[in-house]
Amino acid sequence: MELFMPLFIAVVIIFGIIKKVPLFDAFTDGAREGIKTLLGVAPTLVGLITAVDMLKASGAIDILCDFISPAAELLGFPKEIVPMILLRPVSGGGSTALLTGIYKECGADSFAGLCASVLAGSTETTFYAIAVYYGSVGVKKIRHTLPAALSADFTAAVMAVLSVKIFLCP
Amino acid sequence: MINRIFGALILISAVTGMILGRGSQLAQGVLDGAADSVKLLTTMAGMILLWSGIMEIAERGGFTAVMSRVLSPALRLLFRGLPRDSRAMKLISMNVSANLLGLGNAATPFGLSAMKELKRLSPRDDTASGDMITFVVMNTASIQLMPTMIGALRQMYGSREPFVILPCVWISSACALTAGLTIAKLFGGGK
Repeated sequence: MELFMPLFIAVVIIFGIIKKVPLFDAFTDGAREGIKTLLGVAPTLVGLITAVDMLKASGAIDILCDFISPAAELLGFPKEIVPMILLRPVSGGGSTALLTGIYKECGADSFAGLCASVLAGSTETTFYAIAVYYGSVGVKKIRHTLPAALSADFTAAVMAVLSVKIFLCP
Repeated sequence: MINRIFGALILISAVTGMILGRGSQLAQGVLDGAADSVKLLTTMAGMILLWSGIMEIAERGGFTAVMSRVLSPALRLLFRGLPRDSRAMKLISMNVSANLLGLGNAATPFGLSAMKELKRLSPRDDTASGDMITFVVMNTASIQLMPTMIGALRQMYGSREPFVILPCVWISSACALTAGLTIAKLFGGGK
């Protein structure tokens, strides 16, 4: 699995050589765009991570977790990831904040940490995508888009926990 | 939406913190949060810059174009109503392959143009067509093959094998996408 990334990069470079792409120029152009992406997310992350850290320090997250943990246990979910499941479709930055919180508290390779990683990797900021895509063409009646998109998010949460249980923490 | 969430998070923490008498922890939380977020940004910086650079080579080298050709038979099954060589079809496959490669920045412009094409083909003015719903649901599900950002974060927080999660990510992404598309098609009455 660790070989996937270097191999992928090698294939990309081979494509570039065949097409006579000026490799390093293209790389730096792309990386320069990356700076814009990074600066774009910086204010969001600073704001939301601070808010989430406050929420944790105040004890409110513990209360929320205690409140939902019976339901979470019933489904076999680690209770730490429940706030993340709820926030994931709404805010990318907010769920990244919760994700790093779980890593810090339980460890990146713990059961909760692994579940949270898989969840983060298999979901998107659903509401944002819906707003951007439909907003761009002025479509207001989105019919059954939301139930379909949210059932995908729910499936991702269930499968994240299930697959980690089967493959990584048997 | 995000404005209310931000306000609610801060108000809830302030009120809860005061009730539980955790004022000093709360103050520490503010300082930690600000410091944590900058640490996080520096970790993400290397990964974002590196990956954006590699992906620019992938774009210019035609890797994305080859991938979209590989994907188009599968996409034709999902978008039966669209002519195979239509502009909409081409834009959709570019969007999906950019998403697979984690090229969010490239995927969105393709996706928005695809929406414009779908809108042109759809008779109703402000109502989503079946194809639009299918397409938007695909974009609300994550189909990225290499979640590099999560790998970088896992490494930063001491994971011994940051990418051990890949097979699980692929399985749950695939299941989520299938569930979303199935619901979309069922509600749509096959149209």
